[in-house]
Amino acid sequence: MLHFYLNNQRIRTDQPAGSTLLDFVRYQQHLKGTKIGCREGDCGACTVLVGELQPDGSVHYQSMTSCLTPLGNAQGKHVVTVEGINAAAGTLTPVQQTIVQEGGSQCGFCTVGFVMSLTGHSLSSNPATAETGLAAIDGNICRCTGYKSLERATAQLTEQLAERPATNVVDWLSEKQFVPTYFKDIPARLQALKTELRHETNNGQLTTNNQLLGGGTDLLVQRPEHVRAVPVQLLYDQPDLRGIRQEADGRVVLGAATTAENLRASPLMQELFPGLHGYLKLVSSTPIRNMGTVAGNFINASPIGDLTIFFLALNASVTVGALGQPSRKIPLRELYSGYKTLTKAANEQVLEISFAAPQPDDLFNFEKVSKRTHLDIASVNSAMWLRATNGFAQEARVSAGGVGPTPLLLARTSAYLAGKEITAETVTAANEIAQTEISPISDARGTVEYKRLLLRQLLFAHFLQFFPERLSFRELV
Amino acid sequence: MNHLDPVRHVRGESQYLDDVPVQQGTLYAAVFESPLAHGVLNGLDLTEALNAPGVYRILTAADIPGENQIGGIVPDEPLLAEGHVHFRGQPVALVLADTEHQAQAALALIRVDIDPLPIITDPRVAAAQGELIVPPRTFSLGDPETVWSQCAYIFEGEAESGGQEHLYIETQGAYAFPTEMGGVRIISSTQGPTAVQRHTAHVLGIGMHQVEVDVTRLGGGFGGKEDQATPWGALAALGAFVVRRPVKLVLDRMADMRMTGKRHPYSSDFRIGLDENLRILAYEVTFYQNAGAAADLSPAVLERTLFHATNAYFVPNVRATAYSCRTNLPPNTAFRGFGGPQGMFVMESAIVKAAETLGVPASEIQRRNLLRENDLFSYRQPAEMCNAELAWDTAARLYDLPKLRAEVEAFNQQNERLKKGLSVMPICFGISFTKTPMNQARALVHIYTDGSVGVSTGAVEMGQGVNTKIAQVAAQTLGISPSRVKVESTNTTRVANTSPSAASATADLNGKATQMACEALRERLLRHAVLEYTLNYEGLEIRDEEVLAAGIPADTNWEKLVSSAYWKRVNLTENAHYATPDIHFDPVTNQGYPFAYHVYGTAYTTVTLDCLRGTYTFDALRVVHDFGESMHPAIDQGQIEGGAVQGIGWMTMEELIYNEEGRLLSNSLNSYKIPDLYSVPQRIDVHFLDTPGHPRAILRSKAVGEPPLMYGIGAYFAVRDAISAFRPGHRPAFSAPITPEKALLNLYPSGVAEEVVRLAPGTTVA
Repeated sequence: MLHFYLNNQRIRTDQPAGSTLLDFVRYQQHLKGTKIGCREGDCGACTVLVGELQPDGSVHYQSMTSCLTPLGNAQGKHVVTVEGINAAAGTLTPVQQTIVQEGGSQCGFCTVGFVMSLTGHSLSSNPATAETGLAAIDGNICRCTGYKSLERATAQLTEQLAERPATNVVDWLSEKQFVPTYFKDIPARLQALKTELRHETNNGQLTTNNQLLGGGTDLLVQRPEHVRAVPVQLLYDQPDLRGIRQEADGRVVLGAATTAENLRASPLMQELFPGLHGYLKLVSSTPIRNMGTVAGNFINASPIGDLTIFFLALNASVTVGALGQPSRKIPLRELYSGYKTLTKAANEQVLEISFAAPQPDDLFNFEKVSKRTHLDIASVNSAMWLRATNGFAQEARVSAGGVGPTPLLLARTSAYLAGKEITAETVTAANEIAQTEISPISDARGTVEYKRLLLRQLLFAHFLQFFPERLSFRELV
Repeated sequence: MNHLDPVRHVRGESQYLDDVPVQQGTLYAAVFESPLAHGVLNGLDLTEALNAPGVYRILTAADIPGENQIGGIVPDEPLLAEGHVHFRGQPVALVLADTEHQAQAALALIRVDIDPLPIITDPRVAAAQGELIVPPRTFSLGDPETVWSQCAYIFEGEAESGGQEHLYIETQGAYAFPTEMGGVRIISSTQGPTAVQRHTAHVLGIGMHQVEVDVTRLGGGFGGKEDQATPWGALAALGAFVVRRPVKLVLDRMADMRMTGKRHPYSSDFRIGLDENLRILAYEVTFYQNAGAAADLSPAVLERTLFHATNAYFVPNVRATAYSCRTNLPPNTAFRGFGGPQGMFVMESAIVKAAETLGVPASEIQRRNLLRENDLFSYRQPAEMCNAELAWDTAARLYDLPKLRAEVEAFNQQNERLKKGLSVMPICFGISFTKTPMNQARALVHIYTDGSVGVSTGAVEMGQGVNTKIAQVAAQTLGISPSRVKVESTNTTRVANTSPSAASATADLNGKATQMACEALRERLLRHAVLEYTLNYEGLEIRDEEVLAAGIPADTNWEKLVSSAYWKRVNLTENAHYATPDIHFDPVTNQGYPFAYHVYGTAYTTVTLDCLRGTYTFDALRVVHDFGESMHPAIDQGQIEGGAVQGIGWMTMEELIYNEEGRLLSNSLNSYKIPDLYSVPQRIDVHFLDTPGHPRAILRSKAVGEPPLMYGIGAYFAVRDAISAFRPGHRPAFSAPITPEKALLNLYPSGVAEEVVRLAPGTTVA
C-alpha cells in the first residue's frame, strides 16, 4: 500500500509501485490537466511537482516528469498537479496570469507542464534569476512554439519573485496566490504521515530478486510494462543511498541514489569542479536531473551516459553488494564487459560511488555535442582529467562516449600523455592514438565519419580549455 | 481582447481527445502494423492474440463492410492492408481489448506472413522506375530555352531538403461511439472533420448523415492532422460499428512517429541564368518529391511547390517540373507551408550558388529581382498590392542591413573559433486552397434569448487562435462584448461539408462566413428595433451593447433588444455561406488566379557558429511581416515566432532518418529533436509592416499561419554563411537540415578519414 498526498487529498493505493505516477494521476484519479506527450521524459507535458519533507520540517518541491516517476517514489510525499494549484472561482495564479498575458499558450497541450515547472520555480527557496527561471522550463517542449512568449512570462515572474522572502516562502506564495492556502498545512501532514509510516517495511534493503528501481528515468522508458508487472525494490528514497561526503583520505563518496541535481547542488562538487553547472546544463533537463540517479546512469550502461563519462575520467569506483555477501568495489572502467553488459552480477546492487578528489591544480573538463545542445543524448561526449606541471602532463585520463559499445576510458591515449610536453604535436598525436581506441558505428546520433571527427574536436576542446596560452585553435585544426 | 482558450489551457481545463470521460463498456484499440516496408501479405495468424487476456476482437480488412479505401485525392490507400503492404507501419489489423495495456500486449502475439518485395526510399530511384503517384506537372512562363544564350551567367546544382515530423504534442487519436440508428459518432483529433466523416461513411458503407464527427480542439496539428487523422477516426469507427461498443484509439508517440507521414523530403535540380546586372532571366527546376507509399495530399503539396518555386522574385522565364514519387515510406502529407518551403529552398539555393560564385552578397541578387506590382507569377496571376519590396526595404532601414553585415564581418575578423553568419530571407506566399472549390465555408450563429451567442463554423482550433478571431468577428459585427460569444466545437451535424482547417485560410473563410451571418442578424435586429422602438433606421447601430440612434442611446440595450425580438418571433439564428470571390485555376493549363492575395515579408537571421564543435546558436531573427491590418496582434505575433522557429527546426536539427529497409531510426523524441527553449534565436523582433491590408482577408487582417515558416529557411543560409567565413572557398552541398554533424563535416571537409584509414583499417560501418 502506498501513502501520499495528491494535491489536497490523502491517497492510499495498492497500484503497483512500478507503475507511473502519470497513469495514476490521469486514469486512477481522473485529473486530466496532466498531459501525455511522449512517455519518455522528453517533452515535459506531464510535469508535476513532488514535495519531500526535509529534516528542518519544510517541504522541498521539485519538478518531475510524471511519465517516468514510479508511483512508489511518491510514498510519503506531496504530489502536485495543476488541479492542486488552481485557485477557486476560475481565477489565475500569477504564473498562469503571466503566461496568458504574454501569449505563451497556443494549442495548450504543453501549457500545464510549463505552469507546473514555473510554479516549482516559484516554490524554490533559491533566489530567482533570469537564468534559474529559464532553467526551470528547460525540460518543457512547446511545438507551437511559444518560447519567446514563455520567456517574457518567465522574466515577469522573475521580477515578481524578487520580493519573495528567503524564509516562509510558502506563506508568501500563498498570500500572493501562487499556491492555495492548504500548502501551508502540508509540512505538518507529511510529518504525521512519516510517523504513521515509520513501521512500514523499508524495502530498500538488499533483498532477493526484485527489480531494482531508482529514479525511473531509464527503466520506465525501456521496459515500462515489465516494471509495472513485477515486484520492485525502490532505491530513490533510501537514506543510506543518499548523500555526498568527503572521507578523511580525500575520497569523495556518493550514495548510489544521488541524483544529477544533487551533484549540481552539492557545494563540495561545485568546489571540486568549478565548471560543474555548465557541464550539467548539458545533461538532460531540470526534471530529469531531479529524478535520474548516478548509479542508474552507470548501470543503464549506455555507451553515451553523460555521468558515466564524467566519472570515468575521475577513475571512480562502484561499490556493489548482494544479500548475504560482503560488498566489493569495481573500478568504473571495469564495470562494462560489452554493449549493455556488466561485470556486476544481476543480484548485486550499487551501494555507493567514490573517487579521489582532484587536487586544486588538477585540470578537468567535460564536453558534449548533440544534435540539440540541451535536453538531448550526445553524439559524442568526453571528459578529461589532467595533472600537469610547467607545461608537461604528469598523468591524464580521457574518457569518451558514443564511440564504442561501452563508455570508454581511452587508456592508451591517457598513458601516452603522461610525461609529454603540451604542444600541438602532442595533442595531434594523442588524437591519432585515440582514433585507434574507438570503434564508432553510424546511427541516428551520427555517422562514423562524424563521430571520429567530433571526438578529435572534443579532445582539442579539452586542451584548448586547459592551455589557452600554450595552444592555438588554428594550429590544432 | 481576451484570448479565451489560454485561460482554460493554463488551468488544465481544456479538453483534448484523451481527456473525454470514458463511457462504460469502452474497448481500447491498438493497431497492428506492417513490420516490412514492402511485400505480399499472405496472411495473418491471430489465434494466439485472440486468446490473450482481455482481447475482445481483432479486425482486419475482411471486416470492413464498405469499401476498404481512404485515399482523398487518389484512391490508393486501404484503411487496413489487403494483399500487399507498402510501408513499415501500415495498419494491418485492429485489436480491441478491455484495457489499453491488453490491446498493446496482444500486438506482439499476432503473426504475419509477408513475402518481401524490393524497397524504394529514394524519390529519384522511384522516378527512374516510373513509380509516380500522379503524372508530372510543369508550370511555365516565357521560355527558358530561348534565353539561356542571353544569360551572362548560368549556374546549375542540386538541392535537398529533408522531411519533418509534425510532432504535435497531442498524438493522433479518435473515440467512436455506436449510435442508435446504426451509425457512429466520432470524437476526433482532426483538422478535417468532413474528411473523417466522408471516409468513415465510405468504409462503413453508410451515408455521411450516419456519421457525426466532433472536434473540440487539437493539441497541435501543423498539417499532420489534415488528412492523416482520418485512418484513426475511421478505425475507431470501424470498431464501434462492428462490435457496437465505444472504441477508443490513441496512438502512443512511437507508433505515431512510425505510422504517420511527414513533410515531404525533396531532391531537386536547378538551373538559373542571370544577366550582367544580376537580373534573373531564366530559372529551370525539377522537383522530386518523396511522396511515400500513397498519394495522401502529395499531389496538392506538389502543386504548391510549383506555385512558390520562384518565391518572392519575378522571373520572366520559368520552367518548373515536379514529380510525385512513390516510395515505401509512410504517405507524406501536409505540413505548414505545404510544399512551398521546399520550392523556396531550391530557389534560394540557386541564388546563393550564383552569389557565391560571382562573389557578391546573395542579397544583391535577391533585392534586384523582387516582385513588383503587376509582375506575373508563372501561373499568370499578377502580384497585386505587392509588398515584396516594401517589406525588404523596411527591414533594410529598420534593422540596418549594411551595419549588421559590417558587424558580422568585424566579428569574424576578430575571432577564429567563433564565426557569425547572416542571411536575408524574403517570402511570398499565396493565400487560398489552390483547389478553388475548397474555398468555401459556412457559419451557424444562434443568438439566445438572454443575448448570449453561439457560433459554429468549420474551423478547428489547434492553437492558431481561430476561435478567438471568430469570436472577435462576431462580437465586433454584432456590437457586443466577446464574453457573450461562445465558439462551439466543430461538428459535422451543425456545419456540413467543411474544408479542413488548413492553407492558412481558416480564419478568412470561416471568419467571413461568421461576419456575414452576424451582419444578417444585426440587420434583422435593427429592423426590429425600428418597429419596436419607433426609431429611424438611418444611423441606427449597436455599439458596446448599446442601441444608438444617430449616436444617441435608445431606450433599450442588447439584451432587451434580443428578448423583444424573440417575442416578436424574429429569427435569431442565421446560417451564412462564404465563397472566396474572383479566384479560379485551371489545373490543365496551370494558369489562373488561384490566390485571394499574397503575404510578403523579409527576415534576417544571424547565427554564431562554434567552429571547434560544429554547434551553433542563433543570435537574432529580425522580421518585417505583412499582416495587413492585424486584427489580433498578440495571436499574430505568436504565429510568426512559432512558425519561424518551426522552420528553423526543419532547417537545422530536425533530421528524419530512414534506413534502406524503410525503418524510421529517428523514431522518438530522444532521437528526433525539435527546438527547445535554448535553441531558439536569442531575440526575435517582429515588425508589423504598415499596409492597408487586403479586402479579401477577414477584417483586412491577412492570413498568418504558414508564411512565417519560410523565414526559417534563412537559418540554413546563415549557418552556411558562417561556414564560409571559416573555410572560404568551400562550398557545402545544398542539403538541409544543416545539423551540427553537417556543419562540422563542412568545416573540416577532410575529416579524420586519412587517419582512420591509416590507423584503424579494420573499422566497419554498422
